[in-house]
Amino acid sequence: MKKRGPDLLKSFLSYLLLVALIVFLLFPFYWTFVTSIKTSAELYGRTVTYWPKAPSFESYRRLFSEYNFLRPMGNSLLVAALTTLISVTVSVLAAYSFSRYRFKGRKFLMSMFLTNNMFPTVLLLIPLYAIMRKIGILYTPSSLVLSYTTFTIPFSIWLLSGFLDDLPLSLEEAAMVDGANRAQAFLKIILPILMPGIVATGAYIFMNSWNEYTFAVMFTNEANRTIPVALKNLIGQLGVEWGMLTAGGIITIIPVCVMFFFAQKRLISGLTAGAVKG
Amino acid sequence: MIKRNSSIWPYLLVAPALIVVLTVVFIPVINAILMSFQNYDLRRPGRIGFNDFKNYVDVIRDPLFWSALWKTIVWVVAGVGLQFVFGFILALLLNKKFPGRGVVRSLSLIPWVTPGVLIGLMWRWIFDGNYGVLNDLLLRLGLIQESLPFLAREASAFPAVILTIVWQGIPFFALMLLAGLQGIPEELYNAADVDGANGIQKFFLVTVPSLKSVIYVTTLLRIIWVANSVDVIFNLTEGGPAYATQTLSVYIFNKGNSLNLGYAATLSIMLTLVLATVAVRYLKTMFRNQEGKA
Repeated sequence: MKKRGPDLLKSFLSYLLLVALIVFLLFPFYWTFVTSIKTSAELYGRTVTYWPKAPSFESYRRLFSEYNFLRPMGNSLLVAALTTLISVTVSVLAAYSFSRYRFKGRKFLMSMFLTNNMFPTVLLLIPLYAIMRKIGILYTPSSLVLSYTTFTIPFSIWLLSGFLDDLPLSLEEAAMVDGANRAQAFLKIILPILMPGIVATGAYIFMNSWNEYTFAVMFTNEANRTIPVALKNLIGQLGVEWGMLTAGGIITIIPVCVMFFFAQKRLISGLTAGAVKG
Repeated sequence: MIKRNSSIWPYLLVAPALIVVLTVVFIPVINAILMSFQNYDLRRPGRIGFNDFKNYVDVIRDPLFWSALWKTIVWVVAGVGLQFVFGFILALLLNKKFPGRGVVRSLSLIPWVTPGVLIGLMWRWIFDGNYGVLNDLLLRLGLIQESLPFLAREASAFPAVILTIVWQGIPFFALMLLAGLQGIPEELYNAADVDGANGIQKFFLVTVPSLKSVIYVTTLLRIIWVANSVDVIFNLTEGGPAYATQTLSVYIFNKGNSLNLGYAATLSIMLTLVLATVAVRYLKTMFRNQEGKA
């Protein structure tokens, strides 16, 4: 079909709109990166430049030498990895139970987990702070891992149940007819097929734990603070170290973006399934 | 095979998750309720004890509570509303086939996976009154005559903070709505063509009704997230200047930081009650969907 004038104009306008939206969404990242490779003379100079005259990685060097950014990175990695491991393990078991068994109280338990996600962070924050303080794990990584499970477990169960419901029962039935018991059928048949879903769920948990700030700022101290808290701490009494801060920001989002790009297909299908089906 | 007998296995499998969640969610929620009736200020640990409804009376009389509640409403309505509008536009644009669509779609989702702290700090730098790029752009375009400290002025701080949360939320709406759009059967549009519908009619008579439940669920979820969000505002303005950007969540967070835990708990119970109206709707819809699946 030949394109008519108004159609051409329309598609031109919609591309223009798309470009404008994408520029709006991505410009802050460009700006953060450009800031991170400027020298401080240029950064705080009289004119704002859109590409550094002499790109320099000085801010990155200072971030690791003067500020020891490796430490919060290690802390974040530890907390995120532990949260992911614990959440995925207990959630896979629970999701399997919800998907493959019909038992008394199933609906009640499922709704309980879903309800959990609805409590405001700040509602849990205050009593958790008091509890962690009392049992003596305030200012340790465990306090963060525990508090992150408040939102990661309910969410993972919901996501994994969805993935499991999509796997046909005939897979396990065939194995069980051949003499495998339920545990063997799960380990040998279900787990391998479920793996992409587990990886996507794990990536989501990891990203959320890596990014979390509200609990982290209250439950950590100098020694075990995570990246988001460390970034915020670059805003000092005397002003903000924008060079180091943006360098830290770039380092923070790189692992998240890499994980997201690998997991996105499964993750998106899992996330949208619940809402779209409804 | 789905088992229907009364074996103990399903309970054993759920038990670990249940124990963790009971410990870190239910006990704290009960604790929060108890604390809300106590004089629980860690700066005066000797005086911790029940004080009946004193905190609640104080909250009702606290002008900062009412201002924070009002800020929360504006924050949610404007923030989620604009996220929805621009997210929908982005979803419609991405629903057309064009070369490089996959890459563009992935890139447009990055704000969604960016830490809230970093979002706050990146935009704080963009809005900066001395070296900020927004000022520079507006000056170059001749829209302003001199640099404005956007986040330091009461009139502009709240719009600036809302702009930031809109930026964060567009990708999520776009993602959910795009999945919805791709599920609309082509026949519906063909039928509308036969009936002679134009583009705008098709949008309101086919697209929007088909997406009703996606829009509903996504909006409810987003309302809860945005209302609860602390990190973006806190890292932009910490609730200032002069409480101009202090939503209820940020107010509670600030109170918690000042160690007046009893009062903070009371405030958070109030926030939970306000949000419960939204959460109940969301949960009802999700349960209905779950039953549909089972």
